Amino acid sequence: MRLDLAPRPRRSRLMEALSPALAFALAVAIGGLAVAAMGRSPAAAFAIYFVAPLTEFWSLQEVALKAAPLALIATGLAFCYRANLWNIGAEGQFVIGGLAGGCIAVATHGIEGGPLGTSWILPAMLAAGTLAGMAYALIPAILRVALGVSEILTSLMLVYVAELLLDYLVRGPLRDPAGYNFPQSVGFDDAARLAPLIEGENLHAGVLIALAVVLLAVVVLSRTLFGFRVRVVGAAPRAARFAGFSEARLTLAAFAVSGGAAGLAGIAEVAGRIGQLQPSISPGYGFTAIIVAFLGRLSPIGIALASLVIALTTIGAEGAQIALKLPLDLTRAFQGLLLALVLGADVLARYRVRLVPGGRAA
Amino acid sequence: MSLDLVQMVLFTIVTASTPLLLAATGELVAERAGVLNLGVEGMMVLGAALGFAAAVESGSTLVGALAGIAAGIALAGLFALLTIGLAANQVASGLALTILGLGLSGLVGAPYIGLKREAAPHLHLPLLSDLPGIGRLVFGQDAFVYAAALLVAGVWVFLWRTRAGLALRAIGDDHAATHGLGLPVRRVRLLAVLFGGGCAGLGGAYLSLAYTPFWAPAMTAGRGWIALALVVFASWRLGRLVAGALLFGGATVLQLHAQAAGIGLPGQALSALPYLATILALVILSLGRRAGGSTAPASLGRVFIPPR
Repeated sequence: MRLDLAPRPRRSRLMEALSPALAFALAVAIGGLAVAAMGRSPAAAFAIYFVAPLTEFWSLQEVALKAAPLALIATGLAFCYRANLWNIGAEGQFVIGGLAGGCIAVATHGIEGGPLGTSWILPAMLAAGTLAGMAYALIPAILRVALGVSEILTSLMLVYVAELLLDYLVRGPLRDPAGYNFPQSVGFDDAARLAPLIEGENLHAGVLIALAVVLLAVVVLSRTLFGFRVRVVGAAPRAARFAGFSEARLTLAAFAVSGGAAGLAGIAEVAGRIGQLQPSISPGYGFTAIIVAFLGRLSPIGIALASLVIALTTIGAEGAQIALKLPLDLTRAFQGLLLALVLGADVLARYRVRLVPGGRAA
Repeated sequence: MSLDLVQMVLFTIVTASTPLLLAATGELVAERAGVLNLGVEGMMVLGAALGFAAAVESGSTLVGALAGIAAGIALAGLFALLTIGLAANQVASGLALTILGLGLSGLVGAPYIGLKREAAPHLHLPLLSDLPGIGRLVFGQDAFVYAAALLVAGVWVFLWRTRAGLALRAIGDDHAATHGLGLPVRRVRLLAVLFGGGCAGLGGAYLSLAYTPFWAPAMTAGRGWIALALVVFASWRLGRLVAGALLFGGATVLQLHAQAAGIGLPGQALSALPYLATILALVILSLGRRAGGSTAPASLGRVFIPPR
């Protein structure tokens, strides 16, 4: 038997919309089989993964809080991936963003505030986080533009470096002197925290920041020259070269956008949910966001939806771990499988697929 | 420094290089055929988990090593289905493989955390292994090291001394032309990818069966990525690959010795050394290559769809 692919004259809109849903359904089916193989009821697992988090106000907030950094990072990554640039170091840019912004919070801890009061601290933190993420993402971008070094490998190596730097700083120079030797910084002052949206609840303004960035990205991608260039370079690199688009400048810009978004997500997480610096500030958001970006078909609105779906499964996984003793790694495997299936299902939008019996594979 | 100490240091460098060499050799074959598989880290880590689990259950290191190879091949098969069968993007599919491999390895390995095994036995040839200077280095390694050496030699002969190897390299350089000549592009790529997966799985199994005889989550710690960088660093040539693997094994060992000796630098800075060294190596390499242009296989990373 032989798998035959015939290019479609144009991408199928229907299949483009259907293929992520199809991939998701298939991943859920395989996940269900895995759960059954582990001797648990798939029905009970589905209820806990996909329904339970939606039934209570606190868990709905948790879903939104998990979705916000994912949507933010993935939206930035979409600019790179659309232009065929492979920034896979968003995790490191997230960490550096959180670290840079967090340093301001630690440095201003307990100050009374001068003529400006303390109202400048939080905006300065957000700006510092964004800029630091940008700068960190520009390292692989510059190496690629100037020397032709693969951005894939350098951006990823820098993740390990960023994590080790954070680890060193919170165990050393940034450690809370009154913290009983725990490896963590001081708890941030109120002026250095993203306020809760509702008094006494967890939901904080980071969710609004993510929403704003997603909307901004919609406009930039569809209505600006920069967005147009990103799309052309990705879809038709030769055409872009003939049109005189500078590949170098686009590479730098796309990396700056994705690094800035990841850095902003990092400081929003630190100033929002965590409220201090710790040896680890991310449960792998930068990597999960890669899945979100592709599941959302590299479009900001799709990414926003995909981030909610992935956040749902993550919160569901925590519930399933407690209720059914299902390991958290099951969810990571599920997410990897989902990404593989999404990429595979994409073939339906680009080609007519036929199974030809007999004949040998060419 | 005494002769025995030098031998000891060189010995550990060879040990630290072996998993990199195994994984990178497999990836070199896949890339020579034109397929960029970024899933090495995932295949390695699953090989480590499954290899350890199988070895504990069966009580046999050999069974563990075979299980590790099988794990790598299985993941590589999924990658081949996506990228060769369904024309999916190679970069993204490789990332999916790594995420999947990390998740699966956590699942497979969970019951085995904290268990210990005897490390794979080292060869001992009565007179030869006791030779001063080179005895242990040459005649006292574990079976994996010799397997890796044989593998590299075999791949070298295959790629540069056989017709099939020539065909594989040609396919990596121009898939359209070789298809026109009637070479089975997709089948060769499938086999090359599966071979790469088996090597990565074996490299992972080496970590959990010989290097550190236990399983810990994510114990590959980026070695799969460093193996990928090594292939670039080696300009897709085997001789340089061996040299590069020894260099990186050396960096790892140096870092461990420096940590143990407590030289003023923080431990985290030393731990970052292999990653920074990777970046530095890539930079230096591209500086040296600027005049000559890229040496990568010309079809590397490009999807091939047979015209009808």
